[in-house]
Amino acid sequence: MKPGIAARIILAIVFAGLVFSPVIIKRFAARHDESKTKLDLATALARHGFYLQEVSQAAGVNFLHQAPTLDPRLNHIMPQVASMGASVSIVDFDRDGWPDFYVTNSKEGAKNALYRNMHDGTFKDVAEEMGIADVNRAGTGVSMGAVWGDYDNDGYEDLLLFKWGKPELFHNDAGHGFTRVTDQVGLPPWINANTALWFDYDGDGLLDLFIGGYYSEDVDLWHLASTKMMPDSFEYAKNGGRKYLFHNLGGGKFEEVSEKVGIHSRRWALASAAADLRGTGHPDLFIANDYGVSELYFNDGKRFHEVGEQTGVGFAPKSGMNASFGDILNQGRYAVYVSNISEEGVLIQGNNLWVPEESTSGDKLKFENLARDFGVEIGGWSFGAQFGDLNNDGTLDLYLTNGYVSLDHNRSYWYDFSKIAGGHSLIINDAKNWPAMDGRSLSGYQTKHVWLNDGSGKFVDVAQAVGVTDTYDGRAVALADLWNQGVLDVIVANERGPLLIYKNTAIPENKWIEFDLEGTKSNRSAIGAQVAVFWNGQQQVQEVSGGSGFAAQNQRRLHFGLGKFPHVEKAVIRWPSGQIQTIDSPAPNENHVVKEPS
Amino acid sequence: MNQQSVPITPHASPTAPWKRFLSPENRYLAPMFITSILIVGHLSFGILESYKKTGIAIAASLLAELLLGRTFSGKWPNLASAYITGISVGILVRSPAFWPYAVCAIVSIMSKYVLRIKGRHIWNPSNFGISVLLFLAPETVASLSIQWGNYLLPMVVIWILGSVIIWRVRRFHITGTYVAFFLVFAFLRSYITGSPWQSEIAPLTGPMYQLFIFFMITDPKTTVRSRFWQCVVVSVVALAEMILRLSQVVYAPFYALFLVGPAALLIEMWFDSRRTVPARVAA
Repeated sequence: MKPGIAARIILAIVFAGLVFSPVIIKRFAARHDESKTKLDLATALARHGFYLQEVSQAAGVNFLHQAPTLDPRLNHIMPQVASMGASVSIVDFDRDGWPDFYVTNSKEGAKNALYRNMHDGTFKDVAEEMGIADVNRAGTGVSMGAVWGDYDNDGYEDLLLFKWGKPELFHNDAGHGFTRVTDQVGLPPWINANTALWFDYDGDGLLDLFIGGYYSEDVDLWHLASTKMMPDSFEYAKNGGRKYLFHNLGGGKFEEVSEKVGIHSRRWALASAAADLRGTGHPDLFIANDYGVSELYFNDGKRFHEVGEQTGVGFAPKSGMNASFGDILNQGRYAVYVSNISEEGVLIQGNNLWVPEESTSGDKLKFENLARDFGVEIGGWSFGAQFGDLNNDGTLDLYLTNGYVSLDHNRSYWYDFSKIAGGHSLIINDAKNWPAMDGRSLSGYQTKHVWLNDGSGKFVDVAQAVGVTDTYDGRAVALADLWNQGVLDVIVANERGPLLIYKNTAIPENKWIEFDLEGTKSNRSAIGAQVAVFWNGQQQVQEVSGGSGFAAQNQRRLHFGLGKFPHVEKAVIRWPSGQIQTIDSPAPNENHVVKEPS
Repeated sequence: MNQQSVPITPHASPTAPWKRFLSPENRYLAPMFITSILIVGHLSFGILESYKKTGIAIAASLLAELLLGRTFSGKWPNLASAYITGISVGILVRSPAFWPYAVCAIVSIMSKYVLRIKGRHIWNPSNFGISVLLFLAPETVASLSIQWGNYLLPMVVIWILGSVIIWRVRRFHITGTYVAFFLVFAFLRSYITGSPWQSEIAPLTGPMYQLFIFFMITDPKTTVRSRFWQCVVVSVVALAEMILRLSQVVYAPFYALFLVGPAALLIEMWFDSRRTVPARVAA
């Protein structure tokens, strides 16, 4: 028997309900969305436990990033090609116990800045007198970022500057100045690099150096041999820059060993980070690639094995622009946050929050992307992000900056961008085939995201509520306790925009603890050292990093929020040398300076 | 995408096995072709967003067809067309969420049973489902917009295979006309906007368009009957697409077919009814 009219009416109603369900869900979600509400300091403190106030001018920091002017044949798409280079890395270069920071500029002839912490709430640019300001001279390329590490274990952090151009290594002369040692250590003449990090991959106590190429190293962006230098695919490109791993031989000598140890990717690397994901004592290497899949290299101490697809992080190609680790569930395991592109109506890649699957570990480790479930998936044209406990409640929050090219408010380049992105490699690969931008924006003027972790698997965006209201084209984010007050402040480097310093005010009821580590058998920077803090029946693990996020480096000092009334049982330090050190009942609200037992 | 690989016109049975295989009567030809696109695309460069999402789209489509077919026609339906719809949704929809794959597949199938005029459904099912989701859920859903990796070979294989199959099932004139008009309009757009012509023809080189031109616009159920008018309609689709593209609409081809396809069918029905009435009066 055929159904009657009633069945057809029911079918029509169900059909209409399904068709319009996205609109209904969107309206319902918008009603419960607090992310657009701006709050004053008192209300934000009461509601979220912290407030971020932009204080760069008051702190004496008036840094404006400028972009390079590349080969004239790229003029029609210059804003999107010359779209990176704003970076920030934290360092206590003079070992006075106060965080300083270094920021890069990218216009030919423009100067980088090293801001020394003056201990009175202000900073002073000392890059010129220290000899690391004038590093963007014509013909040498321009800065893309910097990472700090004590490669010769003399107690002072040295500076690796990576560029679209000649990478530079500067030796820190006891905090009084820097000496250029690039030629002695044998760095290559030209890398179009957008990421680098220090880590001791073989555990010999000497920091090694990873540099990831973006454009191929044979491309001089100021003097193009050919306009066929763009990616050969929007999601499957393999014509990017090569990767370099410089093994530290000691005595100021390095040997390039990438091929020898199994790293031979030509994907377009934009971000990298290293952490011991499997508890082997060796740092594994994560690379977020633009125009393709991410790569994860398991490190056995001698060789690297690419396991991106095997672990799940290297299956769906996206536009990776960030790599940062965080023990977001206080389980002693790291999740990895990779930022991508989401533009309503055009491209919804979604950011990735790779969380280790519960029953997997060691070589069988697998990750699942829980960004949607956790609420940290959609972040616009996302760039740098960092995990840090911003309100000291005992769980790691997430700060994400975004925005690609902000030009004309009312005209978008997205249509033309999507058109060319869908073209074959023969078309997309040649810059002359790309439509002119003509002053149009590409995911510009985007609001930022500060996701507060509730500890049970949900993040809530409170950016506007806690004072993060800028809409610059954000690139790098770095976290540091700039004023030694037990909270994480945020520095954001913006492309073609001002450097922003968000000073953090957190409620004092929430306690904290910090660890400033110094290696002896291990590398002196203690990069790769893990600290697990056990308190109130839970634990959180963090690792000293030699570079993470996008073109950024957080302070080496590890900061843990503890919440109210913490009873800290112990802190367990696992040094890169393998040595385990336990500190019983460390006092909260203190920075614990710990030297590796010799 | 198209729901049947079988054109309506009867003809003599071919004798050679390959001819039988590539015959219009082989209703599994299209499902096999689209499956081969999926396999080639995924093995050569990983076209799938995830196995799970494609699986959800196919399963949702098949289940919806089974349920609705059995309920509203009283018999178990052939699932070839639902399979094509599901696999098309699985390939063409791009979303980090799972629900769009299920919703799009179900809406596509349901549209065949709900949006009917004089016993015919007037929208190509997957074109309807994808267009609706792109329009109403742009914050969650996008469409496949990338190319066949870095490789020319998979693209060439798909073009040749697709052309042979479409030719054998007597729909090549539709695809050919559309491609010809697309190219003409691409150069015209290039002239009007000043964009490089390569960027205007770029979309045609991607898998989204290959699925669009081989499956969606050739759907026998949602195209007009005469070969001549099929060519006219598809050229109007290309024209509508150009107008949408000049307005910088990213998913211009889907929306163009969404608008022009049903309009053409309605006009054809109207003409049919005008022919029928005088005939009856004369009788």
